[in-house]
Amino acid sequence: MTLAELAAAKGLASDAVLADQGLDDAERAALLAGMRERLREMRASIDRGLASDAPSRTGMVGWNAKGLWQADDLLQTPLLKRVQAYAMAVNEENARMGRIVAAPTAGSAGTVPGALLGVGDHLGIDDERLVAPLVLAAGIGAIISKTMFIAGSTGGCQAEIGSSAAMAAAAVTELLGGDANASVHAAAMALMNTIGLVCDPVGGYVEVPCVSRNAFFAVHAVSSAQLALAGLTSVIPPDEVVQAMASVGRLLPPELRETGEGGIAATPTGRRIALEMAR
Amino acid sequence: MSLLDVIGPVMVGPSSSHTAGACRLALLARHALARPPREARFDLHGSFAKTAQGHGTDLALVAGVLGFPPDDPRIRSAFAIGAEAGLRTTFATADLGDVHPNSVRITLTADDGATTRLTGSSLGGGIVRVFALDGFHIEFGGGSPTLLVRHRDTPGVIARVARVIADDEINIATLYSARQRRGGEAMMSVEIDRPLSEPASAYLEHLPSVLWLRHLPEVLSATSDGAHVAAATAEAPA
Ligand code: SF4
Repeated sequence: MTLAELAAAKGLASDAVLADQGLDDAERAALLAGMRERLREMRASIDRGLASDAPSRTGMVGWNAKGLWQADDLLQTPLLKRVQAYAMAVNEENARMGRIVAAPTAGSAGTVPGALLGVGDHLGIDDERLVAPLVLAAGIGAIISKTMFIAGSTGGCQAEIGSSAAMAAAAVTELLGGDANASVHAAAMALMNTIGLVCDPVGGYVEVPCVSRNAFFAVHAVSSAQLALAGLTSVIPPDEVVQAMASVGRLLPPELRETGEGGIAATPTGRRIALEMAR
Repeated sequence: MSLLDVIGPVMVGPSSSHTAGACRLALLARHALARPPREARFDLHGSFAKTAQGHGTDLALVAGVLGFPPDDPRIRSAFAIGAEAGLRTTFATADLGDVHPNSVRITLTADDGATTRLTGSSLGGGIVRVFALDGFHIEFGGGSPTLLVRHRDTPGVIARVARVIADDEINIATLYSARQRRGGEAMMSVEIDRPLSEPASAYLEHLPSVLWLRHLPEVLSATSDGAHVAAATAEAPA
C-alpha cells in the first residue's frame, strides 16, 4: 500500500492498515494483543523514566525527564510539558539500557509514546483507544520502510526521528477524529519538516542530542496533527515526500550518519566528551 | 516488515540496530553453532566498529552468544555473566567490504573444536540479515525458522531437501545455496514457515550427502518471557 492509497481509504486509516495486512481473525487478534502489550511497555518505560534521575552509562543524561516533570509550568502549557517529559522519559530509560519499545528504532523510541500517550493522558483518554492509532503509526512506518531503511546509519536522523514523528503525527490525528486523508497528511507534513536532520550522537552514544531530540519531535508530531486536524494538507503528495527524504539520506556523507564524526558530535566539546568516554 | 516489528521490538536500549540487532545476529550464530561456545570473536565493520561501545553493541553481541534475547535485562551484565561462564571474547575492527555499515563477523568456537563463522548486518529497527555462513554466501533474516544444511555438492540434494520439506507440508520462504567448487562442500539455508518435524529432519540428517543439519528458531519475536531463552540458556557455557 502507498501513502496515497492509505489517504484515499474511507473512514479510519488504522482500519485500512489492518485490512491491508490480509490477516485471519486469529492473526488479527494476535496483532492487536501485541500492540496492547507494546502500549503497556511504553507506559511502563514512561513511568520509570519520570521517576528516575539515575545517570546514563556516560553520565550525559538521566535526569532531564524527571527534572522537567517536576518543574513549574511557567508557560502554562501542560500538554507541551507532558509530551516533552514523556518522550525524554523513554529515551533516558533507553540510555540507561532500560527496557523500551523501539518505535521504529530505540533512538527514536520516545516520540510516538510522548505524543500519543501524552495527548491521551492530557485529554483523559483511555489507553484502549490508543491501540488503533498505534496500529496506524506502525502502518505508516512500514510504508516508509519500503522506500528506505529506517536507520540513522543509512538515512541520518531524519530516517529515525523523521519517521517516528510522521508515525506519531498520524496516530494523534486519528486519535482526535481525523480521517485517513488527514492522518496521512499529518505524517507527510511532519516528515517534510524533518528532512535534512543529521545523525550526530556525541561519542556515538544515543544520548546527546537524541534524548532532547525526541522531546522536540514529539511536539513536532503534535503540531503536525494540529494542522492536519484543521484541514491543512501537504502540497507535495506524501509518497513524494518520502522519496525526497530517501534521496536526502543518500546524499548525506557518512560523517552525518551515526558515526559520531559530524555535527554536534564533532564540536570541540563533543569530541572531548567522546575522548573522555573512550578512556 | 510486520507491524509489530515497526512498533517493536520490546528491547533493552540504547539502539535497535546496534543493540537489539547485534544481539539477534549473535543469537543466530549461537543457534548455528548448536552447542555452548567457549570462544567468541567479533570483527566489527563500519558504524559497528566506530560506535560499538556507545551503543552497547559489545554487550549485546556477548549476550546473544549467551542465548539472551534483545529484551533481556541481563544484557547489561553480559560481560560478567560471560566471564563467569568461561566464555573468552575478542573484539576487533575489520573491513568486511562493500556491505551495510552495521555489519559484524562472528566466529564461535566450542570445546569440541566446532566452529561457526557468521557474517550479517543489522538493517535498522532490529531487523537483521545474515549473508555468509562458514564462508558460504547464503542469506536469511531470522524472521522464520531456518534450516541450515551443510552437504556435498552432488546432483539432486537441493531437490531432495525441498521435497522433504514439501512432504512435511511446509512452505519455503527463501532458499539460498552456495558451494565451494564443483563437487566440493556446499551450504543451503532454507527459511520455512514452521519448524521441520522430527522424522523429516532425522531423514534429512541421514542422507549420505548431508554432512550436518541445524535448526535455527525464528529470533525476531524471541523474548525473555518466551521459550527460546529458556532453551538457549540451559546450554549456556558452564
Ligand atoms: S541522532 Fe542518530 S542516534 Fe540519535 S536519535 Fe537521531 S538517528 Fe538515532
